[in-house]
Amino acid sequence: MTKMLTDARSIRIKGRSFLAVVLAPDLPFDDWLVRLDDLAARSAGFFLGRPVVLDVSDLPIDRTQLKELITELAGRNVNIMGIEGGRPSILGPGMPPALKGGRPVSDEAVAKEPIIELRNSEPKPSVPEARPTLQSIVIREPVRSGQSVIFPEGDVTIIGSVASGAEIIAGGSIHIYGTLRGRAMAGSLGNASARIFCRKLEAELLAIDGIYKMADDMAPGLRGHSVQLWLEGDSIMAEKLI
Amino acid sequence: MGKVIVVTSGKGGVGKTTSTAALGAALAQRNERVVVVDFDVGLRNLDLVMGAERRVVYDLINVIQGEAKLTQALIRDKRLETLFLLPASQTRDKDNLTPEGVERVITELKRVFDWVICDSPAGIESGATLAMRHADMAVVVTNPEVSSVRDSDRIIGLLDSKTMKAERGERMEKHLLLTRYDANRAERGDMLKVEDVLEILSIPLIGIIPESMDVLRASNIGSPVTLADARSAPAMAYFEAARRLAGEVLPITIPGEKRGIFGKIFARRAA
Ligand SMILES: Nc1ncnc2c1ncn2[C@@H]1O[C@H](COP(=O)(O)OP(=O)(O)OP(=O)(O)O)[C@@H](O)[C@H]1O
Ligand SMILES: [Mg+2]
Repeated sequence: MTKMLTDARSIRIKGRSFLAVVLAPDLPFDDWLVRLDDLAARSAGFFLGRPVVLDVSDLPIDRTQLKELITELAGRNVNIMGIEGGRPSILGPGMPPALKGGRPVSDEAVAKEPIIELRNSEPKPSVPEARPTLQSIVIREPVRSGQSVIFPEGDVTIIGSVASGAEIIAGGSIHIYGTLRGRAMAGSLGNASARIFCRKLEAELLAIDGIYKMADDMAPGLRGHSVQLWLEGDSIMAEKLI
Repeated sequence: MGKVIVVTSGKGGVGKTTSTAALGAALAQRNERVVVVDFDVGLRNLDLVMGAERRVVYDLINVIQGEAKLTQALIRDKRLETLFLLPASQTRDKDNLTPEGVERVITELKRVFDWVICDSPAGIESGATLAMRHADMAVVVTNPEVSSVRDSDRIIGLLDSKTMKAERGERMEKHLLLTRYDANRAERGDMLKVEDVLEILSIPLIGIIPESMDVLRASNIGSPVTLADARSAPAMAYFEAARRLAGEVLPITIPGEKRGIFGKIFARRAA
C-alpha cells in the first residue's frame, strides 16, 4: 500500500508554560539533603507530582556529583524535569534537559515560564525586578482540600476558607476572608512586596517570594488570629490585624 | 422524576452504608418509592445491612453489562413495600462499572423511584466518582475527627467539579451528616466540636447520629436501624435527617445535650 502524502495539514506545535518548583541546592549536598528531608517531612507530599527544576548555577560540581544528586532526589520521589544553570560539561545524555530563561522577561517573551522558587536561606544573586501586578481574581467559595488555585498574573482574593491540604499560589498578594488552613504562596514570580492576609491563621505553609515558613516556625501567638505577612529582607514578618 | 442522592465521605468506615440503609428505610416509611444502590463493587455491604444477602441473584454489574434486566436485579424489601435494593457485585472487577452503563441505570431508576440513594465506596477513585456523577444532591457522611473532616472536604471539592451538575454549571446541593457522635467524648473534648466541623466544611447540617450499640444490633439482624428500632436515638436522628432531605426545616438537636434551650434558660434563672 502506498501512503497518501497529500495531507496538507501542517504539524501543530504549541507552546505551554508550566509552574515549576525550583530547587537550588547548595554544597555540601549531604547537608542540603538533610534540610530537604526535614522540609519534606513537615510538608508531606510537597514535591509529589510537581514539576521540579534543579538550579545548579554557580555550583562547582562535576557530572558525577550531579548524577548522584539526581539519584538521591529520585529516591525521595522528587523527579527533575530540567536543569537550570548547568555548565554543558556537567550535563549529558540520560540527564534531564537544560532549561534556560526560567523567568518571564517581558510580556513579548515567547516562552514564559512562571516559576516558584523555594529557597531556605540566601537569596539568589540576581534578584529580578518585580513585575507590576495588574490583574486579580476573586474566588467566592471555600477552597477545598486537594484543590490548588494558581494565578501567577496577580492577586488572589478568597471569600471563604482555604482547607488543610489546599493551596493558593499567586504572583501577587493573597487575601483570604476566612481561615487559612492550607498553604499560601504569594509573590511566586519573584515579587518581594507581595503580602498574605487572612482572617484566621492556621496555615500549614506560608511563602512570599520563595521564602517559606512552616507551621512549626510560626510564632504560636499568631495562630487563630487575623494576620498579615510580608517580607523584610529574607524574613517573613507577621503582625496581627485587629 | 426522582431525586438522586449520593452518600459519600472519602474516608472509609464512617457510616455511609449504615446511613444509606437508614435514610432509605426512613424515606420508604413515608410511602415514597426508594431504591438504595450499592456502588461498592467488590466489597458489597449494603445487602447485609438490608438483610437481603441471600436474595441476591443479579447485580448492578450484570445490568450494566446487559446480562440482566433492571427488574430482575432489583430486590424488594420484605418489610417495606416501597423499598428496593440494587446490589453490587462481590466477584466482578470494578472496571466493569462504566460511565455509560451507570448513566443508563440511573436514568432508568429515576423514572420509577422517588429517591435513588447511591452508597459510595470510600476513596476518591472511579467507584466514588461514578457514584456521585449523576447525583442531584449529596449526603456527606463525616465523623467528628480531623482526618474524616479533611477527607470530606476533599470530597466536597470533587462534588463541585467532577459531577454532571457541576459540569453543567449548576450547584450540587450538599448536606452534612455527622455520624458516630459520642456525647461523652465530646464532653471531654476528645472530638471535634460540631461548630468546628461546620466551620471547616461550611455546608448545611442535616443531622447528628449518636454512636450507639443500637446501630450494631440492627446491622447484626440485617435491618436498617430505622426499621429495627424506630424509637432508638440513632433511628430518631435518621428520621429527622430524612425529613430534612425531603425539604422540611427542623431544629437540630445535639445528642447528649438533653436540656434544650429551655433547660438553659431555667438553669440560669435558678443560679
Ligand atoms: N452511629 C453508629 N454507632 C455505632 N456504630 C456505627 C455507627 N455508624 C456506623 N457504625 C459502625 O461502623 C462500621 C462502619 O460503618 P459502615 O459500614 O456504615 O461505614 P462505611 O462508611 O459504609 O464503610 P466503607 O467505607 O467501608 O464502605 C460498621 O461496623 C457500623 O456498624
Ligand atoms: Mg460502605
